[in-house]
Amino acid sequence: MSVLILVEPDAEGAAVTSLEAVTFARGMADSGGWPVHAVVVGPVDEPAWTALVDQLGAYGVASVRHAQGEELSAYAAAAWAAALVEAAGAVSARVLLASGTPRGNEILAHAAARLDVAMAANAVAADSASPLVVSRQVVGGAALEEMRLSDSGVGIVSVAGHACEPVAAPSPSVPEVVTFSPELSPADLVARVARVEPAPPDESAALTSARVVVGAGRGAGGPDGFKDLLSLAELVGGALGVSRVVTSLGWRPHHEQVGQTGSRIAPDLYIPCGISGAIQHWAGCQSAKTIIAINTDEDAPMVTRADYAVIGDLHEVVPAINDELRRRRG
Amino acid sequence: MANVLVCVKRVPDVSGEFALTDDEQAVDARHLGWTVSPHEECAVELATQIAGATGGEATVVSVGSDDSVEQLRNAIAVGCTRAVLVEADLASLGPVDVARAIADVVRAHEAAGTTYDVILLGNDAADTGDFQVPIRVAYALERPVVTGISTCVVEGDRLVARGDGPDGPEAFDLPMPAVVAVMEGGVSPRYPSIPGRMKAKKAQIETMAFEGAPVGSGRVRLKLPEVETSAVRILGTGADAAPAVVDVMEELGVLR
Ligand SMILES: Cc1cc2nc3c(=O)[nH]c(=O)nc-3n(C[C@H](O)[C@H](O)[C@H](O)COP(=O)(O)OP(=O)(O)OC[C@H]3O[C@@H](n4cnc5c(N)ncnc54)[C@H](O)[C@@H]3O)c2cc1C
Ligand SMILES: Nc1ncnc2c1ncn2[C@@H]1O[C@H](COP(=O)(O)O)[C@@H](O)[C@H]1O
Repeated sequence: MSVLILVEPDAEGAAVTSLEAVTFARGMADSGGWPVHAVVVGPVDEPAWTALVDQLGAYGVASVRHAQGEELSAYAAAAWAAALVEAAGAVSARVLLASGTPRGNEILAHAAARLDVAMAANAVAADSASPLVVSRQVVGGAALEEMRLSDSGVGIVSVAGHACEPVAAPSPSVPEVVTFSPELSPADLVARVARVEPAPPDESAALTSARVVVGAGRGAGGPDGFKDLLSLAELVGGALGVSRVVTSLGWRPHHEQVGQTGSRIAPDLYIPCGISGAIQHWAGCQSAKTIIAINTDEDAPMVTRADYAVIGDLHEVVPAINDELRRRRG
Repeated sequence: MANVLVCVKRVPDVSGEFALTDDEQAVDARHLGWTVSPHEECAVELATQIAGATGGEATVVSVGSDDSVEQLRNAIAVGCTRAVLVEADLASLGPVDVARAIADVVRAHEAAGTTYDVILLGNDAADTGDFQVPIRVAYALERPVVTGISTCVVEGDRLVARGDGPDGPEAFDLPMPAVVAVMEGGVSPRYPSIPGRMKAKKAQIETMAFEGAPVGSGRVRLKLPEVETSAVRILGTGADAAPAVVDVMEELGVLR
């Protein structure tokens, strides 16, 4: 038996989220005494492919299976899952893992439906390998559920983002590379990406990769209340993130929303202004390294959970911070 | 004409701190209201739009206790015209069971003459966050499925669905019938009108029983993550705190 992990490639090699999941997988594999195998589906160009195999070696992966073929040129979740299930059979996988990204969860759910087994979404810890029990995020991460997967067959688990730091293996490996063309049925290709549409530069990517995020909630007061907040974001080279109240009221676009039904952010610094800190908002910002809250209410959950806080009206505090930043820059 | 089935789940409306029941099997909802996920509110809006644009019917379904009638009526108030409750104790069901119950409703209505061209669900439920009921429904009915969708429209006999992919906005062009998991952000759910509320109050709710033995969710117990005892440092009050804030930014090294 073994642990098989679906690795998502990016332009440079393996996605960081996948490396987190490989780290998680290794923990599970060690306690079960199993090897870790990886599977990658679809085309990956050089030099990303070589980098990916090297990275997986550093992370202690025994083999990398690469599903290739004409039919895998455009993403189709069912086809990706067919490849995954085929690879799972080849390595006698006891556990099938992926990162809990949109695609990771989607492909695993297809695999679970195909194999008719349970799936645990967004695990943060593997509690035991036998029986297979994981702790996973529910209620947007405000609670954890201990979930027991089937005692036999394949257990399917996605790993929540930021559940663990990506850490290379104590002893690296040279993964065996195996290419294969999965057997696909026409039905597997019906729901495939027809086109990727031209778009303005991806603003939500700017939000999730920003080192500093300035947050704005109902306290902004209205659609015209964001000028100073945007200036602050610009002065610190960061991005604006907002609460759901702000997007529901149409003050700012949804791609700026942080939280359970928006983006999950992990900046070095988050500055939530006029945001109360509801659990669904917290779900999206709890991975921030440092939080400086600005709020009129010193008892707001966002204030009590922050590292630092300023009590006051954001429309007075934020312009003063902007002035101070400009003054120190001379 | 496209008939749409939209699926909503009644969940506790938690926003602040909450407790668990003594048996650690559920959120203690005695002092909480109830709601549905924002993803599902958007799915209901899309269902109403598709039915309106094609002259079809939008039917809402929920699997759960009879209190779920509240969420069904809310969907009728914003444009659904028919509602079905599959009565079940959600504590004993897992995503496999819920998906089967939804597929059973589709088959039962089909046998009675109503076919569904589009089945809309939320991308993930607000409480259990299983990320799989839509896909299991699709497999049970052997229909294509897409997830993470912001908007979808019927164009002739095709359904064009759009969502955000890793490389930008993606479009899918699906034959119907199809299953779509909707994510918040593409449409703004409308507010109920007064006539809408009146209709909702009077609407008949079709009730079905959950059939067969459930496989369950595998839940052992719930637990609350340890809350770090807060050591918030108040930097000051009002505009006077600005220098202290910038000092912290400098200490953190986030200013270039
Ligand atoms: C299933 C579900 C999913 C959800 N998903 C999300 C999500 O993804 N993201 C999200 O954000 N929410 C989400 N929500 C909504 C969430 O529960 C809250 O309603 C929302 O986060 C509150 O937004 P807010 O903090 O801006 O507003 P409020 O809760 O109204 O708080 C406003 C805060 O601003 C302060 N304030 C007011 N005026 C000023 C001023 N002039 N200066 C400084 N401070 C001021 C107040 O003291 C208060 O703390 C979700 C809800 C549900 C049920
Ligand atoms: N009990 C239920 N009744 C109706 N629809 C449900 C139920 N549970 C889940 N769903 C639908 O499936 C979606 C995804 O749920 P899940 O896979 O549990 O995260 C939800 O957003 C709902 O649209």
